[in-house]
Amino acid sequence: MDPILTKYVREPNSFTLDFFLKHDGYEGLKKALATQPNDVIDIVKASGLRGRGGAGFPTGMKFQFVDKKTPNPKYIACNADESEPGTFKDHVLMERNPHLLFEGCLIGCWAIGARVAYIYIRGEFYHVQKVLESELAKAYAQGYAGRNIMGSGWDCDIVIHRGAGAYEAGEETALIESLEGKRAQPRIKPPFPAVQGLYDCPTAVNNVETLCNLPPIMLNGAEWFVKLGPEKNGGPKLFCISGHVKRPGVYEASMNTTIKELIFDRAGGIREGHQLKAVIPGGSSVPILLPDQLDIPASFDSVQKAGSMLGSAGMIVMDETTCMVWTAMNLMHFYMHESCGKCTPCREGGDWLWKILARIERGEGQMRDLDLLTSVSNNIAGKTLCAFGDAEATPPLTTLKHFRAEYEAHIREGRCTVPADWRAKGAAALAH
Amino acid sequence: MSFHPLMPYGSEAFQKSERTLMSRGEPFAFTPERAAKLEEICSKYPPERRKSAVLAALYLVQEQQQYITASAMRHVAEFLRITPAEVEDVATYYVMFFKAPVGKYVIQVCRTLSCALAGAERVTEALSEKLGIGLGETDASGMFTLLEFECLGACDRAPVVMVNNEHWHEKATPETCSKLLDDLKTRGLSALSGCHLHVER
Repeated sequence: MDPILTKYVREPNSFTLDFFLKHDGYEGLKKALATQPNDVIDIVKASGLRGRGGAGFPTGMKFQFVDKKTPNPKYIACNADESEPGTFKDHVLMERNPHLLFEGCLIGCWAIGARVAYIYIRGEFYHVQKVLESELAKAYAQGYAGRNIMGSGWDCDIVIHRGAGAYEAGEETALIESLEGKRAQPRIKPPFPAVQGLYDCPTAVNNVETLCNLPPIMLNGAEWFVKLGPEKNGGPKLFCISGHVKRPGVYEASMNTTIKELIFDRAGGIREGHQLKAVIPGGSSVPILLPDQLDIPASFDSVQKAGSMLGSAGMIVMDETTCMVWTAMNLMHFYMHESCGKCTPCREGGDWLWKILARIERGEGQMRDLDLLTSVSNNIAGKTLCAFGDAEATPPLTTLKHFRAEYEAHIREGRCTVPADWRAKGAAALAH
Repeated sequence: MSFHPLMPYGSEAFQKSERTLMSRGEPFAFTPERAAKLEEICSKYPPERRKSAVLAALYLVQEQQQYITASAMRHVAEFLRITPAEVEDVATYYVMFFKAPVGKYVIQVCRTLSCALAGAERVTEALSEKLGIGLGETDASGMFTLLEFECLGACDRAPVVMVNNEHWHEKATPETCSKLLDDLKTRGLSALSGCHLHVER
């Protein structure tokens, strides 16, 4: 499959409005504006487009759930808070193809009847935000956003909102809270954002990549989109490959492509002289896949069948120098640090899991700690308001499941038994 | 006072909270340019939802005086017509707001898995040794503060270092850390590699 979303990202001027207009820019929006909003939703539904943020929920359904009869305003909140470890695809889209995102936001707004789209971009992407802001100003100046868009008489604003470093803001209701100027903490669902979201108004929260798929769908039709991938997994998909591979990067492919092809062909395989040990296929929150499980299509459904999730398609590849106790500990530090603190199991449990993992890694663990890890993890998963709890419980559970012998070796020998050539000598002194 | 007759409450036994209040700091008011900028940002949200601009307001505080103080939070609260507690609630939650004085260059090294696999621990260690400070500390000259950061979202260019919440340096190595610090001193932020997506275009 030829790249669609990232076709021109290597061209030096791909981010400019002029370049975009020369390559079918805003043609999808033009087509959408000539179509009834309900028909646009039907096209998106027929395309089978699934949310690219992690959950894989059908976007057309999300649009349909938005309460159209309300007298209140409606909103699109674009989730550009890309902060799932191992994920860096929206970064490329926004930096190199910002107008595609604006076009997608406007098509989404047209479909659900919104007049404002808020793009919530993570605070660390300030250099990306500057690109978005200067390009958005051009779109406004040339009538592709703001008043009377493309002479249609329809008004719609796009606002860029900078976050300030909170992983939890990537959760849809926490993102809404943060947009309202509060702590990024999730709300109880229901009511879902489609009914009561931003400022208590109906809101569709969509990932950057999801919205970027709307212009090509409008332009080429739902059927074209469906045919690009396996059943129920149509369209192009961006895969982020990082870790111990020769050519880490963002690769656009059909979801027919196998994980093996992505890692070994596209990303060049494992670094010289090393062997593959494990892959986290969908951002740090999903279970590990072993080398013999990778000959499957990288689609939402296939990866789920293999016991993991495609999630945000952030694939972290680890070779034999990677200690799995350390991996769980590293990720647990992330979750401990990023827990928003609203639900007790997640807030307290994360801290305890990290402490237990750290003492096993230091060689001070006991065999009974392994049961304790499982018990604490199982008391977090499924017992919190948002999916963070499930994500937090995953690193210890999945590493224990596949690499229990490694945990036992740490405890028996009283030290980390996996030699890594990339860890600090005095890592303990830095409180890792 | 005591909440229960048998419990040894009292100022000595009870009031040992670890919570430290933010320093009040110098009296604070936005410069006219920043006040105008914030007013413009507020106009992007519904009129009764000025609170949405609180993150933007706190960034402006930090731009003006490097870190957040109680006086500044009070000023922001008045500006946005919300309570100081609502501002403090947000300021203490998000990691990109500094609640105490920091160095001229705040060096934030990504520590999460992909960067760690590429040697982020060694980068942090080298920076720490060269500066003679631990994590969260500022060196004696007041030039550098060293922090670890969770995933920055540039895992293909690991390890990534961010400076002052905005500027990126990709593919850091322990060997070049020393030079990087010297270059920052002499050349300022232009010593950083920048984000490759930004630079290559």
